[in-house]
Amino acid sequence: MNSMIQFIPLELIHILIGLVAILAFIGVNGLALVYVERKVAGFIQRRPGPYEVGPWGILQTLADAVKLMGKQLFSPSGDRLLFWVAPMLAFAPLPLLFMAIPVGKNLVAFDANLGLILILAFSGLNVLALCLAGWGSYNKWSLLGAVRSVSQAVAYEIPMLLAVLAVTLMTGTLQLSAIVDAQGAWPWQWHWLTQPAGFIIYLICALAETNRAPFDLPEAESELTAGFHTEYSGMGFGLFFLAEYSSMVVVSSVCTILFLGGWKGPGPEILGFIWFFAKVYGLVLLMMWVRWTFPRVRFDQLLNISWRWLIPLSLFNLLYVAAVVKI
Amino acid sequence: MTKETLCGDFYTNCFEADQEQEGRLIINMGPQHPSTHGVLRVIVEMEGEYITRAEPVIGYLHRMHEKMGEIKTYHQYMPNMGRVDYLHALAWNWGYIGSVEKLCQIEVPRRAEFIRVITCEMNRICSHLVWWGAYLLDLGAFTPIMYSFDDREMAVDLLQMVTGSRLTYCYYRFGGVRTDVTDAFIEGTRDFCKLMKRRLPMYKDLVTDNYILRKRCEEIGVLPLEMARRYGATGPVLRGSGQKYDVRRSEPYSVYPELDFEIPVFSECDAMSRYRVRVAEMEQSVRIIEQALDMLPQGDFMAPKAPKRIKPPKGDVYFAVEGGRGKIGVYIISDGSTTPYRLKLRSPSYSNLSLFAELARGTLLADAVSILGSLDLVIPEIDR
Repeated sequence: MNSMIQFIPLELIHILIGLVAILAFIGVNGLALVYVERKVAGFIQRRPGPYEVGPWGILQTLADAVKLMGKQLFSPSGDRLLFWVAPMLAFAPLPLLFMAIPVGKNLVAFDANLGLILILAFSGLNVLALCLAGWGSYNKWSLLGAVRSVSQAVAYEIPMLLAVLAVTLMTGTLQLSAIVDAQGAWPWQWHWLTQPAGFIIYLICALAETNRAPFDLPEAESELTAGFHTEYSGMGFGLFFLAEYSSMVVVSSVCTILFLGGWKGPGPEILGFIWFFAKVYGLVLLMMWVRWTFPRVRFDQLLNISWRWLIPLSLFNLLYVAAVVKI
Repeated sequence: MTKETLCGDFYTNCFEADQEQEGRLIINMGPQHPSTHGVLRVIVEMEGEYITRAEPVIGYLHRMHEKMGEIKTYHQYMPNMGRVDYLHALAWNWGYIGSVEKLCQIEVPRRAEFIRVITCEMNRICSHLVWWGAYLLDLGAFTPIMYSFDDREMAVDLLQMVTGSRLTYCYYRFGGVRTDVTDAFIEGTRDFCKLMKRRLPMYKDLVTDNYILRKRCEEIGVLPLEMARRYGATGPVLRGSGQKYDVRRSEPYSVYPELDFEIPVFSECDAMSRYRVRVAEMEQSVRIIEQALDMLPQGDFMAPKAPKRIKPPKGDVYFAVEGGRGKIGVYIISDGSTTPYRLKLRSPSYSNLSLFAELARGTLLADAVSILGSLDLVIPEIDR
C-alpha cells in the first residue's frame, strides 16, 4: 500500500485533497448562503425570515434540500438529454473555479500561472448551461430566458474582461497568488484605490454575470414566470440554485483577489484566510442587499448599460492603466 | 360567419390561423402567471422581445353577479358586493346600497354618512397599498410589498373592528351602517393616519425617486387623454392622463362636498403619472379621514325609519361612486317586486383593461408587464 502511494505524484494528491475540500465547501456554502439570503431579506423586509426549523431556523435550508431531493424529477417533452445535461453543466465547472482561487498564502488547490484565464473561461460555461436549459425545456418562457441570458453574457463578459485586463496589465501576471502578492496589507495598498473605475465596473458585471437582481433577467419571475428554470423540479432546480450561490462566491473571490488584496490584511499571515472570507462574504452581502433593494432593469436598458457605458469606460480605464504603467 | 369560424376558441380563431409566419412567438401570459394578478389571460404575439399584438382574454373568474342580482332579494344581494372587487369592497358596497337608497328614497343619518366616508377611504388606502406593493413586485422589487402589507395590516385590523371582516366587507346597510364605530376605532384610525404620514414620504424617498424605477415607468405606456376617453377609462388611469374627473367631486354624493380635499391629476400620461396619482390619492385619503373624524357628529348610525323589507317602486336608478380603480356604477331596474328586474354593474377595471391591447402594441414584454400593473386591474371585477 505504501509503495503505491509513492507512485502517485504529490501534486495530484494535493489537487485531490483540495477537490474534496472544495466539494464539501460548495455544499455547505450553498446551504449557508440560502439561509443568510433569507435572513437578510427578512431583515430588510422587517420580518423574521425562517425561524421554525432548528434554533433560529438554521436547519431550514437543510430541510428544503431534503425536500428538493425527495421530489419527482419531471422532464417535459423536449430534448430530455439536453434538459438534464444543463443543470449538471451549470454545476460541473464550479469545483474547477474554486481550485484556482488562493484562499490564503499557499492555501490553494491548484495555483496555475494562468489562473485568472482559467476562472474566466470556465465561468463562461454557465451561459451554455442556461442556453441548453432553455432549449431543452420545450417552453417558450424558458426559451426567452435562455435568449436573454446569452445576450446578457455576451454584453457583460467584455467590460468584465477589460476591467480584469487592466489589473493584469498593472501587475504583469495572470497568476492569482502573484496578483495578491502585488498588494499590501492595508486597504490603501489595494488595487481598488488605484483602479476605482475597474472595481466598480467589475462589481456591476459580477451582478450581471451571476444573474442576480437587478440584472436577473434570464429568470425575471414577474415577466418570464421563472425563465430558464421554469420546467425544472427537484434537484434539477437545486443544482441551478447551488450553482448560482457558488458562482456568487466565485465572482466575489475574484473581486477580492483583484481589487481588495485577497488574503492580505493586518495581522499574522497565517490568519489570511479569515480576511479572505470576510471580504468575500462582505461582497456577497452587498449583492444580497442590492437584490432586495432595487427593481429590475429592463432588457434593453441592461444592454445599454453595458454597450454604451461600461465598455467605453473600461476601455478608457485600460488606456489610463497602460499610460500609468508606461510612465 | 360560417360554422367553422364559430367553433374553436379565441386563440384558434385569431392567432393559430396564420401561425406559419416566420420569427413569431405566441405566448400565453396567464391565466396562471405571476404578474397578471389573478386569472387574466393575455395572448401575446412577439417578435423577439417586442410585442406585436396582445389580446386579453377574460372570463376565467365569471361568477354571474349580475344574474344573481335578478334572483336574490335586495338584502340577500348585499354580500355579493364585497366579492366583486376584493380590494376596494366598501366602494362596491356603497355603490349598491346607495343606488337602492336613491331608488327607495331612504334618508341616511349624518353620522352614518361620515362613518361610510371614513371606512371607504381607509379601504381605498388599503387598495392602493396593495396595488403599490404588487406593482413594484411586477417591476422586480421584492421589498416594498412587505412594507405596504405591514401598513395595510393596521388598516385592515381597524376595519375588522367595526365591520367584522377583513377583505370581503358587507358593512353598509340600507339607511346606515351595520355597527357604530367605537372609540378604540377612532383612536386607532388617528394613529393610522399619523403612521401613513410618516410612511408615505419614506416611500417617496426610497422607491418613487429610485432611478431604476423611474426608468421603468417614465414614458412607458403613454396613454393620451383622447384614447383614455375613447375606452371609457376612469379613476387614476384617466387622472394620470390629465383629466380631472373624480366622481366624489363631479357627481358629488354623501358628505364629500363638505370635505376639503384635492383631486390629484398628472398629465404626463405614462405609467409614472398613474403611479403618482395613486400615491397622491393615499395622501388625500388620509386628509379626508382626519377631517371626517373631526367632523363626526353624534346621533344614529342607522336610520330608525329604514324599511326592513325593501320593495322599491317601479323605475330605474343609476348611482356612481369613486372606487380605487375608477367609477363604480350600479344601474337597477325595478319592476316593483322584491328583486331587481335587471342589475347592471359598471366596473372600472373592465374599461381600463380594454385599452391594454392598444397600449401594449409595439412595447417590450417587460414594459407590457409594467403597463398591465399600472392599470391596477382586479380580475374578479372585470369578470363580475
